[in-house]
Amino acid sequence: MEKRVVFNNRVLPYVLVTPQIAVTLVFFFWPASQALLQSVLVQDAFGLNTTFVWFDNFIDLAKDAQYLQSARVTAVFSLSVAFLALSIAMFLAVQADRVIRGATAYRTLLVWPYAVAPAVAGVLFLFLFNPSLGLFVHALRALGIDWNHSLNGDQALMLVIIAATWKQISYNFLFFLAGMQTIPRSLIEAAAIDGARAARRFWTIVFPLLAPTTFFLIVVNVVYAFFDTFGIIHQVTEGGPSGETNILVYKVFHDGFLGLDLGGSAAQSVVLMVIVIVVTVIQFRYIERKVHY
Amino acid sequence: MVENRPWVTVLTHCFLILGVLVTAFPIYVAFIASTHELKALLQPPVPLLPGGALIENYTRALGEGATAVGVPVWRMMLNSLVMALGITFGKIAISILAAFAIVYFRFPFRMGFFWMIFITLMLPVEVRIFPTYKVVSDLGLLDSYPGLTIPLIASATATFLFRQFFMTVPDELAEAARIDGAGPMRFFRDILLPLSRTNIAALFVILFIYGWNQYLWPLLITTSERMYTILIGINRMLAVGDAQAEWQIIMATTMLAMLPPVVIVVIMQRLFVKGLTETEK
Repeated sequence: MEKRVVFNNRVLPYVLVTPQIAVTLVFFFWPASQALLQSVLVQDAFGLNTTFVWFDNFIDLAKDAQYLQSARVTAVFSLSVAFLALSIAMFLAVQADRVIRGATAYRTLLVWPYAVAPAVAGVLFLFLFNPSLGLFVHALRALGIDWNHSLNGDQALMLVIIAATWKQISYNFLFFLAGMQTIPRSLIEAAAIDGARAARRFWTIVFPLLAPTTFFLIVVNVVYAFFDTFGIIHQVTEGGPSGETNILVYKVFHDGFLGLDLGGSAAQSVVLMVIVIVVTVIQFRYIERKVHY
Repeated sequence: MVENRPWVTVLTHCFLILGVLVTAFPIYVAFIASTHELKALLQPPVPLLPGGALIENYTRALGEGATAVGVPVWRMMLNSLVMALGITFGKIAISILAAFAIVYFRFPFRMGFFWMIFITLMLPVEVRIFPTYKVVSDLGLLDSYPGLTIPLIASATATFLFRQFFMTVPDELAEAARIDGAGPMRFFRDILLPLSRTNIAALFVILFIYGWNQYLWPLLITTSERMYTILIGINRMLAVGDAQAEWQIIMATTMLAMLPPVVIVVIMQRLFVKGLTETEK
């Protein structure tokens, strides 16, 4: 799509794009190329010698037990968050779509966690599950469960999943509700007249028609769990205990900033970039085209 | 509702109310904790009804901050505000100009620039942390407002949104402006900008929340306590090692950290929904 009417000016358009292009070059392309470069170099401990090592950093990563653990944790974490946040949000959206009175009020009351920062969500749940004074910890102790996420890896992972899900439900809810409101009422009514009950109507009409929204949200949720949950992990568990919640993004931060392994950290950054690029391409190519009615 | 079955309606409302309660509960507990003295919080179980230290806790947090961090919370909120507004206005300004150039002019490398902006979609801060950190430190921007904002203001999404919108603006407007002798900047200022008002407002809501909630970037580049944003401040208040974390102050700070973005979302809900659905899809 192109504009028919355009202005003629030789200099002005360049002046107009300069700010954005300058920021992009300095803070995107230059750092990204540095990451690519560093990922094939090894620096000694004092930063005096740099050697070109081809893909050794990547091969080291593939052999590194900690990195593989981190990849596995990330997979479990992001799939759990995406699945939980999507199914709870869809359930709530179905309910909100059904009510006539107070639908807007419910939307307002369910939507605002979107504005809560992941780091803040982390603190809220850290307080609820604090091993010595947490409210839920005492409730669990009464049920005979001993909660200490700073020692128990499974509990730590569960805690960050809960916090990340809590924060993401509102976002999914908004999109599902908007998607459901575009489904023509006549379809639902026709099905009801034909004798289809609520559950049947949901699975045969609403759910398939929501497929484009759902696919879009799956991508967004996985990206959210990969990158935006850094704040939650950093506040709640700092990747521990013994790496049980050490997701890939946190590991890049940890290895590069605290471990000072720049080559390894850069290689991890490059792997993450590849993941983002693959996800973006899937989003634009596959989902936009295939899931349509 | 297609069928009229009263008990289903009741059940539906029950589920929704349950959802609302579960959503609100962590924040309710945080609020209650921020109204008690530390002593009351340390004796389990944590109280579920408000205590009497509300004013005391909030004045202490705002005026002095926690003992672990020597900066009052008002200062951190100011830093967060400057960062959020800097990112918001910076992003809107540079992307509306770029979109204007790309839509309303024909010039060599136009599509090249377009693709350069497009590719930044694929490079979120999180994947290029260290090299970007190095660039900012080489430029001497650590611990400064420009360092907090500028690296985050390049945005493909805002540029796309404006490009999409400019495409829907009727050509006749530009034609009429040209016939009347208006130059491109005059057309931009007097016609395009007023037409984009709702889009700008919707973007403002989304970007303000995005800016206020930034965590990883300020964590990397702020080392001086005076430059802490409120989220970093909370993290530092928690990191007291073996000492007792001052939960009442931490929870008051947490409430204050949530307040601006939540208020914006609730008050500007219509614009927020518009901004969200249009920037993301």
